[in-house]
Amino acid sequence: MSWWALLALAAAAYGLKAIGLVVLGPRAVEGPALRLAALLPAALLPALVVVNTFAGDRRLELDARAVGLAVAVVATWRRAPFVVVVGAAAASTALVRAVS
Amino acid sequence: MDDGDTPGAARPPADRAPRPPPPDAGAGDEAPLAGTVRRDIWVLGAAVGIFGVSFGVLATTAGLTVAQACAMSVLVFTGASQFAVVGVIGSGGSLGSALGSALMLAARNAAYGVAMAPTLARRSLGRRLLAAQVVIDESTAMATARPGRRAREQAFWLTGIAVFVCWNVGTALGGLAGDAVGDPEALGLDAAFPAGFVALAVPHLRSTRGRVAAVCGAAIALALIPLAPAGLPIVAAALGVIPALLFTAPPDDPTAASGAVEAM
Repeated sequence: MSWWALLALAAAAYGLKAIGLVVLGPRAVEGPALRLAALLPAALLPALVVVNTFAGDRRLELDARAVGLAVAVVATWRRAPFVVVVGAAAASTALVRAVS
Repeated sequence: MDDGDTPGAARPPADRAPRPPPPDAGAGDEAPLAGTVRRDIWVLGAAVGIFGVSFGVLATTAGLTVAQACAMSVLVFTGASQFAVVGVIGSGGSLGSALGSALMLAARNAAYGVAMAPTLARRSLGRRLLAAQVVIDESTAMATARPGRRAREQAFWLTGIAVFVCWNVGTALGGLAGDAVGDPEALGLDAAFPAGFVALAVPHLRSTRGRVAAVCGAAIALALIPLAPAGLPIVAAALGVIPALLFTAPPDDPTAASGAVEAM
């Protein structure tokens, strides 16, 4: 991989990150922009959960990660601390992989 | 303390009188970050660090030099995109498709920038340009889980910096150590991220509007996984806000991710 390709990717990645912060600026703290901004994580976080649990190579996959997700949901529902939610999910996934 | 809204709070037993609201609930917007959150951020950092090691190994295996792997982690600093690039290159794919999928995966950071804009809006352009570098899944997720502006800003920076340090140290170690490291998936660490995002999504699910957005976002992403290139399902999930905005009423305080105002 050439350094030029790397730098181009870096510039593009940075540009994507900066668009929202630079363009929206002070106008972002009022009205519709605020409601939209506040709602984006509500849609994106579950999407991240879904993709990180069930996505394979351009297809849906059901594997040990689903066990980890189930454990995480139960732990979260039971108000476990963040550390426990993450740790229990990882441990249960590792366990399922180890025995299968 | 805002610990009534975080996943870490213990519920008082049902037979006791309900806890009164925390003393600084009214001053919520300027309340500082709780100590438990700082610990959680470093937990996330540790998991990210181990994946950074994995990236360092994969990148050098795919033919990048250690310097290139480290430069990518410093400059690009988007995990999914970086893995995509070295994965495509490592399996013989073209540079064009490597970069294309990397950009698809990085596109969601634009949505995160929009989500973080209100929190950072009153800061100088210079600070926002600096902040942009650490606009990623984890910093946005940690920040938007907090109910007050100052706590959100602190969570964003602390998470961004912690993840930046851990990811880059990990990359360097992985690049240098080569194959002498374990597999994060054997430790179940790939499940750590969706688990963390579940915990961080909770405050957003307290209003009807948030729940509708969540269900729509998840459904869109799930439906697109087999149909679209990597990265697109998450970007498209942002459209899940549209049904929520159209069909539900706004919560009393749109900045309170927890919907704590209407819950009290």
